[in-house]
Order: sequence, then C-alpha cells, then structure tokens
Amino acid sequence: MNIHQPRGDVSGRTLAIVEDLKGLEGPLLPILHEIQQEFGYVPQDCLPVIARELNLSRAEVYGVFSFYHDFREHPAGRHVLKLCRAEACQSMGGDQLAERAKRLLGIDFHETTPDGAVTLEPVYCLGLCSCAPSAMFDGEVHARVDADDLDALVAEARR
Amino acid sequence: MSLIHEIDYGTPASRSETMVTLTIDGREVTVPEGTSIMRAAMDAGIEVPKLCASDMMDAFGSCRLCLVEIKGRNGMPASCTTPVAAGIEVSTQTPRLKDVRRGVMELYISDHPLDCLTCAANGDCELQDMAGAVGLRDVRYGYEGDNHVKARNNGEINAKWLPKDESNPYFTYDPAKCIVCSRCVRACEEVQGTFALTIGGRGFDSRVSAGMAEDFMASECVSCGACVQACPTATLTEKSVIEIGQPEHSVVTTCAYCGVGCSFKAEMRGEELVRMVPWKDGQANRGHSCVKGRFAYGYSTHKDRILNPMVREKISDPWREVTWEEAYAHVAAEFRRIQYQYGRESVGGITSSRCTNEETYLVQKLVRAGFGNNNVDTCARVCHSPTGYGLGQAFGTSAGTQNFDSVEFTDVAVIIGANPTDGHPVFGSRLKKRLREGAKLIVIDPRRTDIVRSPHVEAAYHLPLKPGTNVAILTSIAHVIVTEGLADEAFIRERCDWSEYEDWASFVAEPYHSPEATEAYTGVPADLVRGAARLFATGGNGAIYYGLGVTEHSQGSTTVMAIANLAMVTGNIGRPGVGVNPLRGQNNVQGSCDMGSFPHELPGYRHVSDDATRETFEKLWGVEISNEPGLRIPNMLDAAVDGTFKGIYIQGEDILQSDPDTKHVAAGLAAMECVVVHDLFLNETANYAHVFLPGSTFLEKDGTFTNAERRINRVRKVMTPKNGYADWEVTQKLAQAMGMNWNYRHPSEIMDEIAATTPSFALVSYDYLEKMGSVQWPCNEKHPEGSPIMHVDGFVRGKGKFIRTEYVATDERTGPRFPLLLTTGRILSQYNVGAQTRRTDNVVWHAEDRLEIHPHDAEQRGIRDGDWIRLASRAGETTLRSLITDRVAPGVVYTTFHHPTTQANVITTDFSDWATNCPEYKVTAVQVMPSNGPSDWQQDYDEQARQSRRIAGKLEAAE
Repeated sequence: MNIHQPRGDVSGRTLAIVEDLKGLEGPLLPILHEIQQEFGYVPQDCLPVIARELNLSRAEVYGVFSFYHDFREHPAGRHVLKLCRAEACQSMGGDQLAERAKRLLGIDFHETTPDGAVTLEPVYCLGLCSCAPSAMFDGEVHARVDADDLDALVAEARR
Repeated sequence: MSLIHEIDYGTPASRSETMVTLTIDGREVTVPEGTSIMRAAMDAGIEVPKLCASDMMDAFGSCRLCLVEIKGRNGMPASCTTPVAAGIEVSTQTPRLKDVRRGVMELYISDHPLDCLTCAANGDCELQDMAGAVGLRDVRYGYEGDNHVKARNNGEINAKWLPKDESNPYFTYDPAKCIVCSRCVRACEEVQGTFALTIGGRGFDSRVSAGMAEDFMASECVSCGACVQACPTATLTEKSVIEIGQPEHSVVTTCAYCGVGCSFKAEMRGEELVRMVPWKDGQANRGHSCVKGRFAYGYSTHKDRILNPMVREKISDPWREVTWEEAYAHVAAEFRRIQYQYGRESVGGITSSRCTNEETYLVQKLVRAGFGNNNVDTCARVCHSPTGYGLGQAFGTSAGTQNFDSVEFTDVAVIIGANPTDGHPVFGSRLKKRLREGAKLIVIDPRRTDIVRSPHVEAAYHLPLKPGTNVAILTSIAHVIVTEGLADEAFIRERCDWSEYEDWASFVAEPYHSPEATEAYTGVPADLVRGAARLFATGGNGAIYYGLGVTEHSQGSTTVMAIANLAMVTGNIGRPGVGVNPLRGQNNVQGSCDMGSFPHELPGYRHVSDDATRETFEKLWGVEISNEPGLRIPNMLDAAVDGTFKGIYIQGEDILQSDPDTKHVAAGLAAMECVVVHDLFLNETANYAHVFLPGSTFLEKDGTFTNAERRINRVRKVMTPKNGYADWEVTQKLAQAMGMNWNYRHPSEIMDEIAATTPSFALVSYDYLEKMGSVQWPCNEKHPEGSPIMHVDGFVRGKGKFIRTEYVATDERTGPRFPLLLTTGRILSQYNVGAQTRRTDNVVWHAEDRLEIHPHDAEQRGIRDGDWIRLASRAGETTLRSLITDRVAPGVVYTTFHHPTTQANVITTDFSDWATNCPEYKVTAVQVMPSNGPSDWQQDYDEQARQSRRIAGKLEAAE
C-alpha cells in the first residue's frame, strides 16, 4: 500500500533526505526515489530545494524528474495496478486485459478511482515477456495474468 | 552590402597539435586530432546535413541527419560525434545515406507546421534548408496522427499542443515549431552557463522546458539570447524579427554597454535595426552575448531622445529649440565671455567613456587647444582612475595585462569587488565555462554574488569582508604567501626589484598583517584567508579579476597596488591564464583614459609636464599647452561652488546621477553660468544645463571603442544619426565656432592623428583594423600585431615594483546614528545610470532600485520584504523599497543606482581615493528605518526635474 503523508513539512523532510544522500555519486535519482518513498509522490516543492542543495538548476532537476514515468507529480491511489503494454504482452492478450481492467475500475490509464483506492497505469515491459501478459500490483509482479487473476487483483484493491 | 553568413563548423575546434589526414568524399583533409568528421568536412568545404549540431556547443548526435559512411566500418555513424582517424575514407553522400536522411526528415516534418510562407524564420530556417538539402518531396506518414502542431485534432482538444510563450519581452517560444534538437538547452548550459532550460518528459512527450515547465520569465532565464541564436527553427525567435521580417544586410560593430566590448552583427533592413547577433569572430566575446547588448538597443529610437539643440538663459526657464549654428555660436560666445571675465581656468570639459576614442580625443583637444587649459576629466575618475595609478606605479602601464581568452587557461581565478555575472555577463559566462572545466574560484566580496554559488559553479573560498577592508585582506593574503614560503622567488629575482621585494616582504610579514590579527576588523575568519592564499599561490595559473569594489574606496589605489603585489609575488604575470584584469565598467573607459582625458595626462598616459610630449602636440595643433595639470571633476565642482569655475562642456556623462554626493554636484552645477550637456536624453545633469546638444548613439557613427583588454574595436555606422550629426562632428563644429581650424572629414582621420602622436597606437589605422578585425595596444613597431598579453618578457617599467600597502581605515565609520554599511553595485538587466536600459523593455526585470538587507537587520527595524524604507547617511537621505536577503551579511546593506528617482548617490559621501579622488561609493555608514514614501528631497527633486525638462512650445516631455 502506498503511504500518504500530509504535505506538512515537505521542505524540511526534503532537506533531511538530500543531506543523507548527497554524498553518493550521482545523488539525484536516489534522492527522488527516497522522496517518492517518503511522500508517495514527488511534491513539486521539493525540486527547487533539491536543486539548491545539489547546486543544480531547477530545470535540470525537473528534466530528470519528468523523464521517469515512475516519479509521480500527484499522489496515487492506495494501490497501484500497472499493466504491461509492450509487444509480447499485447500479443498474448494484453489489450483485452487492459480493456477489462478499465471497465472493472471505471477509469482510464493514468487515472485513480474516485474512492482513491486504485490508480491504473500502463508500463512498457516488466521483463517477463516469456510469461506474458504481466502486471504489477503495488510493486509485486504477476505473470500469465488472465481475466480471473485480474478480477482477483481488482477485488483485492477494492477491499 | 549583404548579410554576413558565418560558417558553422558543427562542432568546436580541437586544440590538439597532432594532425590527422583522412579522405572525405575523395578529398584529402588534414585536421587536428580530436576534430569531428563533420568539422573536418566543413574545413574542406563539404557541408554534411545537420540539425542538432553547432560549433558553439559540443556534439550531441541526436538529429540523425549527419550520418556518414566510413569504408570498412559498419553502419552509419553520426559525423558530429565521430572523431577523425588517420587514413579513413568517409562518404557523406551515398544512396543509402540519402534514403535514411530523407526518412528522418519525413519524421520531423510530419510533426511540424507547414506554414513556411508566413513563418518568421522563413529565409533563416535550418529545417527548411535541410528539407531542401535532402530532397524532401513527400511525407509518407501524413500529418493527421499524433502531433504537437494543431491546437485541435479533428475537433478535439490536442493535449500535446502548447500555446506560445510570449512572456519574455524580446523573444517568443512557440512549442508547435520545436523539433527537440536540444540546441537551446545546450546553448543555455554550455554557452551561457545558466542551465535554465531542459527537456521535460521523454519520447514523443519531450518538450523544451524553461525551469520547471514555467514560462521563460518565471524561470532562471537571463535572456542572453544564446538559445534564440541556437534555434534552427522559428521556435525561439526575436520579437523584432516577427515584427519586421528578415534582415537584408549586416554590419559588424561593437556593443556600447560594458567594458567587455562584445562584437555584434547589427542585422539591418534598410536603416532599421532588426536584431543584434553576437559575432563568433569577435575576439572579446567569441559569440557570447548578454541581455543588454543582444536586446536592449531600443533606447536609440526612444521617443525621449532629444533631436534639436536647445538653449535657455536660466535653468529655471523652459528650453528653447534653436538651430545648430545658434547653439554653437551661443556656446562659443559664452565660453569666451566666461574666460574673459573669470580667467582662462574658469571653464573645462568632461569626456565620456560612452563615446568613441575619436570623440574623446576631440573633447580633450578642444579643452587643451581651445580652452587653453587642462581642465578635462572623464567618468573614469569615478571608477577606474585608481587602476590607472596603481598599475602604472607597479608595472608601468595603466591597463589590464591579459585578453579575455586568457581565462581559458586559468586554474585559479580570484574575483575581487566585481560581480561578473551581472556587471560583465559575457566574461561571467566565459569564466563559468572555465570553472565547470575544473578551475578553482576565490571570491572576495561583501555580498554572496551569483558567481559564489550558482548551478555547477561554486567558489572554493568566499571571503565576505566588511566593506572598506580590501587592503587589510589582500595584505593578509600576502602575509600568508610570504610567511609560509609560497612566494615565487625565481620570478621575483628575475622580473622585480629584489630590494623592494625584501622591504615589502618584511612589511607584510609583520604579525599584525596575519589573518588572525586582521580578522577582528575584516570579519573574515583567518582560516578562510589562509586557505585562499595557499590555493592562489599553489593552484597553478592564478588570475585576478577585479572591479569597482576595489577602486571606489578611499584606499582604491592602495588596493590596486596590493593586487599587483599578489600577482608578482606568485609569478602570475606575463603568460596566458594569469595576470591582473580590471573589469571596466563602461564600453570605452579604457579608451577614454588612453585618449588623454585626465587633467594631468596627454594621450598615451604622458604627463603634461613632459616637455617632449607637449611639444609633439603643440607643433601639430599650433597652440601652447599648459604644463600644469588641470582640475579633476570634484575639483571643478568645488571651484564652481567657490565661484571660480563657471563653464563646462559635458559629453555623454550624467554626473548628477553618477557622481557621489548629489547635493554637492547639484550645487556646483547650479553655480556655473554655462553648462553644456551633450547627450541622447535630457539626463539628470541637463536639469542644470543652459545648452543641450543632442547626441548620437553608437549605431549612428563610426569610431573605435577600447575594451577592458585594451582591444581597439571598430564601431560602424549602421543608420543616419537621428539628431543629424555624430558626436565628433558636433565637437568639431563647436571648436570651429570657437575659431579652431579643425577639418576632419571622417573619424579615421582623427585616429590617424592619434596614431601619429601616441606611440602605443603607432600602427593603428582604420585600414589596419579592417585587416586585423581588432588589435590590442600597444600596437607599434615592437608589437605590430598588438599585445594580447603584456609584460611577457619583462615589465614595461623595467623591474616590477613592490609597494607597501598599509591598511588605513576609511574616515567613514559606523556609529550609533549610522550603524550599517551601505555598498552599491549593478544588476544584470540595467546599466549604469540607466539612461539607456530604463528606456528599453529591460525594466521588466528591474523596475526600481531595492535595498538589500539581512533578515536580522530587517527584523530589528521592523522591516518586511518590499516595505518602503528610509535610507539615510550623513550626506542625505532617500527612500526605496527593501529586499530581504542573506546575500548580504548582517551590518551590510546594498543597493543599485540605476534609477534617478532613488538617487543612491544622495547618500554617498565626498570621501575619495587618496591618490586619484575616485569617490568612495562602496562604503557609506547609513541608517535604515521604515518610511511612508518619498523623502522631501525626492519630491523637491522630482518637481525640479519636471520643471527643468519643459520645452517651450512643446508638451512637457513625458518621463
């Protein structure tokens, strides 16, 4: 489950995270990961703080942040369901699976159910092509997903 | 005349000395090792198609157009990222390459608007050129798919489309036309060093993003224009090009703002200036530019420009427009009357560091030959006169020792009392580039300026000294170098006077100069001083760059000498990458000093008491020249107040706003009987003038400027003077009216006279400058190609002179009434008194002067950010709004002096440098308190200025 923290002391926490990690070689990605871990997403207020501390420009930090789809600008639902949309999974029925998931949840990709339970996202390859179609639910991978498996995942998320 | 097209070699030149020979399209080419195949091809005149490459930036390899085939190698490598190798055979055009390139272009064009005919870049679009070059005839993918081009796709809103960003006053960003080549992003990083741009997103979602997907104005953008210049399409376009259209001819000229002296191509349509584009062959700027030179030229056509001469009896009268002849006759009669009535010494002139060498030369000639005295001075009095004196004493010449290219070889740069990223932005960019390559930086400044820490640049040491303690800090650094045995003894024995060195060394070695001892009054922790001293002495090529934070003190000349001592004691003189480099404030400060603008010096820094020099000029001019030095600006004002100085001709300087202690300046001017102001606008000084002669801009005349590196650059006329005459013509007509037989037909004839009389300019002529592009003086028999670096084989004066530099605190001290220290400076977007930049869109960045104050001092006084505050010194008081920042230390406040309504110089005092009278602008004891609005003085001043700008028969000039 994703952790939701109130947006209280964003800059204070960011500073602490940057302080912890800035000694690493190439600290920007680890810092962004840690921030996403901390807040469940990357509050945009963090970026200028990171930029200042690492002596980068705001643009550079934004460029890196926006390059990776996994860094989110807004909080996700309590659960995140990612369906692989890459070639192997598409050829093994990924399209139908995606349609089913959208219908079951009543949302499109990149959306969150109104009750805040699930965010649905496409992903391009989970590296499980040999057992396609695949999905990822709250960071856990699921292979050879069929309609029943999907229903079970959605039910789990809805709970 | 036609448009100057500069060759773009695609990638930067290699510095290697090893040469490599290869074959490109059957032609043998020899280039330095490390050169890209693309550049080698261009060297041989073979243009490889490209979109993302430019020789201002490193190769990137993203556009996939510049592919080539190499015999024996697989695939099609990008020619920009592939270095040459000996013996390879490269083909730039094969059937396979043509197919691939056409396919790539099809992809580009499938997501690009087809509005070429109405596009602002039509005729100047590399995408268009490449479509032609690859023979694009058809786009197989069509235009209907996903795109960034149309606001609506089949009636539905296209989320990928973004509207134009027109927030910057000078250029627009139209994302619909962007091909995401990253040239703008790389220009911002590699050329300018600001890092304000990035590519947001990835894949088809990739967009050029200013800051965090903000508009350009909200981002870190400094509006230098490098991105606009780099853009191969109409995505980033000057608004002037959108408005006017493409230029049809261009002329290379020199920027008239700061002392860097950048070369620009003035791109014209007829007599209309379309845009200024930095010239890559410009040896000062190498294709760099800043917001002022690149964009802020609108003042030249501003409605405030006065185009007709004007005269009035009393300064309380409205102005009366007269003919030029009446104006000249009036001035000549008045000056003759005054001299008859009050004596020969009762009139004088001020030359301008904004005008050309030729014009400056004429003004001092008018004073010396026409007025018959040496009462001539220049605005360098208030900025770099201590440089002239200090360096003259130590090295034997009054100028910086290096060229700007030298910074590319610097290992440790020391910046003292200068703010290059604001005051000298192009040098700032070039320095930042070197710092990103690993050079170290030491900053000595009371303020944490941007160069101390900004993206990818961080000073190894910042010594935030208390204003006024420069000499103490520099002597402390010398103490560390001498006592820790870091002096370069071999250099000193060879180049300097050893006994003077020994005397100086024993002086600085005194314990009271140690960092531990000086810490008490400089406020800089001793270990920082020691660290900085060690780094400078042992870090390789050490170069010192300094500005007005050094000179504008009561010990300005002493500080310059202390800097010279540091350079000599560490052996950092006489080769690339080292030296002592004054950053000159105005475009032609160097030139105006060279041209004999000082009351004690004839052109070429030769004292008026020197008989041989006087004789040269006396013979040529047919007059006798006084061997007594004349009055300096402050002396003229003092004499005016005393009633002995009555008339002055001021060319292109606004002494009322720029000189210290405004009230004293005003009193001096008010006491004179004939004040002649020769300027573009009714400036603040003109409020006290009796005659106004309209001036011309740098775009309207021929001449030369000499920049901070002693480089004599041509200024070329691109349009007819709006006022009818170039400034040199006005001075000449005035001289003629006074009975002088002057008949110069062109400024080149004035330069010929300068060359004939001044040894360091002996070989300079317009023909020679045309041939060389520019030269750095001395340019004579001994140095026919000029002198990029001085003192190479020994100091000009013979042996370098070490001079004791005893710290003497200024008389301006803080106390209970005035507990804070005020220091003043510049900001990037505005220039000097702002007469020009305030009349451009640059005001969007800096609409008013603000007082920077530390949060601690602000809180004590109950001041919030943006509050109106009263700033008072013992000289006067003014009001302005506060800016709370920790850039300044507690106890120090800072403001700029760009706006006449603030008049920071009402506050500054009449203390000045002991040797040269350069005013102590940088230290004033002040008090700061909340306020409700403008002070009485400001209100009176506004009213007086408004009254004084009335022109009879015209509506009040709008200001």
